[in-house]
Formats: sequence, structure tokens, C-alpha cells
Amino acid sequence: MLALSDYLALSALLFAIGMAGIFLNRKNAIVLLMSIELILLAVNFNFIAFSHFLGDIHGQVFVFFILTVAAAESAIGLAILVVLFRNRDTINVGDLDSMRG
Amino acid sequence: MIEKVIFYVFAAILLLAAMLVITARNPVHSALSLVLAFFTSAALWLLAEAEFLGIALVLVYVGAVMVLFLFVVMMLDINISVIREGFARYLPLGALVGVVMVLQMLLVIGAGVGEGQVSLALADAAGESGAGGNNIRLLGSVLYTVYVYPFELAAIVLLLAIIAAIMLTHRRRADTKHQDISAQVRTRKDDRLRLVRMPSEVDDER
Repeated sequence: MLALSDYLALSALLFAIGMAGIFLNRKNAIVLLMSIELILLAVNFNFIAFSHFLGDIHGQVFVFFILTVAAAESAIGLAILVVLFRNRDTINVGDLDSMRG
Repeated sequence: MIEKVIFYVFAAILLLAAMLVITARNPVHSALSLVLAFFTSAALWLLAEAEFLGIALVLVYVGAVMVLFLFVVMMLDINISVIREGFARYLPLGALVGVVMVLQMLLVIGAGVGEGQVSLALADAAGESGAGGNNIRLLGSVLYTVYVYPFELAAIVLLLAIIAAIMLTHRRRADTKHQDISAQVRTRKDDRLRLVRMPSEVDDER
């Protein structure tokens, strides 16, 4: 029988991988967005696991809303990325310093 | 027992795919690994009896968001060598942060299991009797009653995302012809029509 801690440990590992991805790929804006998706997936795992083991459906409702917001976020993020590439010909985060004071 | 085997196999695939997402050289490979990660998590959510969300994850994420990612990755012509520059330099820091984070969270989980086990086991039994049956019906009965207002707000968030994404990426070409409706509506009779007064003519030939 699976325990709650199995799910939580998996979610912690996934979250850490996403976090490390942000550190490793700090130049590539697309992989940064993907790392954020991984982190949100880890959070959703926690909600699902607690919802399952506490027998409470409200956790799944929260996952539903997180999915909605994450989809909106990635759509707008990718749109910004496309505009950025069109104007600057790069998605290297290091080159985006036009707002530096 | 079989449940445990399935869980560990899928968890291993999930972690492997996640590692590939952040280490792949080519962003297309990252995106495809992310698809694999979402797919395996959908399977794990099915295992946790969240059937609707598992299917929704496949439909929404694998079907829509990841296709969007792939489109953008393939549309942008990225110079990989420049973007990979800092990878080796940031590897130790990233690995350190990741390991520390895992250790902290595992400590929290390990501390919680000792006292929390009994209550969680009880809740599990209660949940199985209460939630047994139709996950979608249960979710819908909550979503459309208690959470109906947040549900509509979520719809507005999606609408906002559509409008924002279109407004950001839409560009008007200079060489196409299009109607200017406000100019059409604002036009006056005087702009188009000229009345000329002239004397009536008499036909002399008759």
C-alpha cells in the first residue's frame, strides 16, 4: 500500500529538479518557463496526494485552478517570448538589460 | 504490492524525464521530455484516484500547452551554443540548491510521518468510503456549487490570457488594405456629395 510520504517525496524531488533547472538554464528563457511548469507540477502532486489521503475533494479543485492559471501563464509567457525574439533577435536572458538603470 | 511497483516505475520515469528537461542541449528535446513528464504524472494521478485531473492534464498540457511550447521553440531560431554558456558554471550551485531543498523537504516529511501516520490512515479509510465511486461527479458537485464564483473567475483568467497573447503577438502589416470602420462611420454627406446649381437648358433644335 502506498503511503502519503511516497507522493510527498516524489513531489519534493520534482520541485528540486525544477528549482535546479532555473539555476542551470538561467540564460535560456524557454527552459526557464519549462522549469516553472515542473515546479507547478510538483505543487499539484502535493495537492493530489493530500486530497487522496485525506479523502477531501477540495484539493483537486485547487489543482484545477492551478492548471488554469498555469496554462494562462505559459501562454502569455510564450507570447512575450515571441515578441522579444522579434524585437531583439535573442532569448538570452543575459542580453535583456535595456531596463538597467 | 502491484500498486507500489507501478508507482515506483512511473516515478522513476518522471524524475528521469524531469532531469532531461533541465539538462537537454536542444530545447526541442527539453519540450519532448516535458511531454513525457506530464504523461507519467497523469498516470500517477490516475493511481491516486484523481481521474478527471489526470485526463485534464493530458488534454490541456500535452495537447495544448506543450504543442504551444514546441511551436515557439521551433519558430524561434535559437543559437544553442551561446545559450549553453553558463551551464557548467552554474552546475555546482544548482545541484547544491536542489540537494539542500530535497533534504529539507524529506526532513519535513519524515518528521510528519511519525505522529501523523495514524490520523492519516484513519482519514484514508474514511476517504475511501466517502469518495468511492465517481471522481468526476464528486468534483463537479463541488466545482459548480461551492466554487462556482472562482470557476467563473478562472474562465475570465483564460479569456484574459487569450486576449493578452493575441494583442502581444499580433502585428499589423503595412502593405495590406483594411477597412477603417470609425472613419466610415464618421463621414458626412458634405465629404462625398457636391450639389451643383445650374439653370435648366432648353432644347433649341425643335
